[in-house]
Amino acid sequence: MTTKVENQKGWLFVLPVVILVAFNAVIPLMTVVNYSVQETFGDNVFFFEGVKWFQQVLNSERFHAALGRQLFFTFTILLIEIPLGVIIALTMPRKGPWVSVCLVLMALPLLIPWNVVGAMWNIFALPDIGLLGKTLNAMGLDYNFTRQPVSAWMTLIAMDVWHWTSLVVLLAYAGLSSIPDAYYQAAKIDGASSWAVFRYIQLPKMKRVLTIAVLLRFMDSFNIYTEPFVLTGGGPGNSTTLLSIDLVKTALGQFDLGPAAAMSIIYFLIILLLSWVFYTVMTRGEEN
Amino acid sequence: MRRLSWLVPTLYILFLMLPIYWLVSMSFKTTNEILGSFTLWPQQFTFDNYITIFTDPTWYNGYINSLIYVSINTVISVAVALPAAYAFSRYRFIGDKHLFFWLLTNRMAPAAVFALPFFQLYSAIGLFDTHIAVALAHCLFNIPLAVWILEGFMSSVPKELDETAYVDGYGFWGFFIKIFIPTIAAGIGVAAFFCFMFSWVELLLAKTLTSVAAKPIAATMTRTASSSGYELGLLAAAGTLTIIPGAVVIYFVRNYIAKGFALGRV
Repeated sequence: MTTKVENQKGWLFVLPVVILVAFNAVIPLMTVVNYSVQETFGDNVFFFEGVKWFQQVLNSERFHAALGRQLFFTFTILLIEIPLGVIIALTMPRKGPWVSVCLVLMALPLLIPWNVVGAMWNIFALPDIGLLGKTLNAMGLDYNFTRQPVSAWMTLIAMDVWHWTSLVVLLAYAGLSSIPDAYYQAAKIDGASSWAVFRYIQLPKMKRVLTIAVLLRFMDSFNIYTEPFVLTGGGPGNSTTLLSIDLVKTALGQFDLGPAAAMSIIYFLIILLLSWVFYTVMTRGEEN
Repeated sequence: MRRLSWLVPTLYILFLMLPIYWLVSMSFKTTNEILGSFTLWPQQFTFDNYITIFTDPTWYNGYINSLIYVSINTVISVAVALPAAYAFSRYRFIGDKHLFFWLLTNRMAPAAVFALPFFQLYSAIGLFDTHIAVALAHCLFNIPLAVWILEGFMSSVPKELDETAYVDGYGFWGFFIKIFIPTIAAGIGVAAFFCFMFSWVELLLAKTLTSVAAKPIAATMTRTASSSGYELGLLAAAGTLTIIPGAVVIYFVRNYIAKGFALGRV
């Protein structure tokens, strides 16, 4: 790392970034804060309502249910994608022509528009015309993701694992490629088992990229909207209605601006808080 | 056990390819074949779905619109992120750490939260339904990402490079454009790749900010399900075509992707 010099000209360099991001972040956020404390009956007539919407949202069972589903979804996919991504990165070839082939093929799902991901899994899993649905039914399993909540959940989780595990693989692989060969040779001379190599050489080297992976996957899975919306539309019933689907239903479907805005702020604060907790816990070891 | 380790990535790639295969094979089937009988590959091979897309302006304009706003966004994001990333990697200034963290918090903001205020903001300034509106809106999450990646690449360039250039008589901008930018070309490629990727795959904001003139392909696709019946073959063909730009871009940066991730810092 290079040493930095004190130079207030730095502000001039970051000014364009600050203006563009602030325009997109601060003004809309103020709008949301503004709505969250007011009541409207249309025609731009607003009344100040204080914290009424916040109390209403925090006490509503619908919000609790959506939050519960969201937490369940996020922690399930983290528990599957992080270990799976690490295992795949460990077993990937280190050199040779297959490296590029693996990287390109694995990165492909990351570059497909999110609604296409949803549509693709929809036609892949449909019980009457989809390859997955047809195969599962032919094996005698009772599977129909448009009717049964359990099937819908399994499809949703399979879709997210399909879509995002590659991100963890790429990150973990990047961490692994930064380990010099000398480390492995030293371990070989000492007769270290492959578990010891993993525990004392590979895992510590991957720690920083895995922190990034957990944070990115946490934030993005908490924000997920398009894929489940296209796949199941939040159904059957409300069984796969995650937080942002519920939010958009309230804001654009019912035009309840006040409660929707209050919900947005609570939602954003939850993400900020949990990201901060993750970040602190995962980087605590580095400072000691 | 080492001998069998190639099985894991192979099975994983197979799992990745299955839904893609189903989409591509469906795009070559007729609607009758899709709905009438279950076939593993197209029996009555047809290009009709693709011909419809390439001859109907409401379809192919969707691709053009998407490519326009994604390109504008990538150029803006990388252009403004370059000097900012340089400042973060070389200078200390008041509030630099807080500013960096604030930029990153914008990546955490759920798009759903911003959909409605964005619609009002961009309508108010008269940019609703233009390519530039979507390109600017996507800056919200792409600029922080570009700054983050570029800062990582720039910090790995020794500071001696800057000093030698000044000794050789370069002014700051001469040095920045003629020497520094070519040095971190790989980093710029990776940053541009990620900006392209996140702008290309995002739908919620793009759909909220457009109606006709700048409608993205992803929004055009949702139409097939409603107005013209359920034309699965057409939907599959449109979906297949959306994979191609990403595949082309990733091929060009394949050697830098792993590296690009490693240098990014939280």
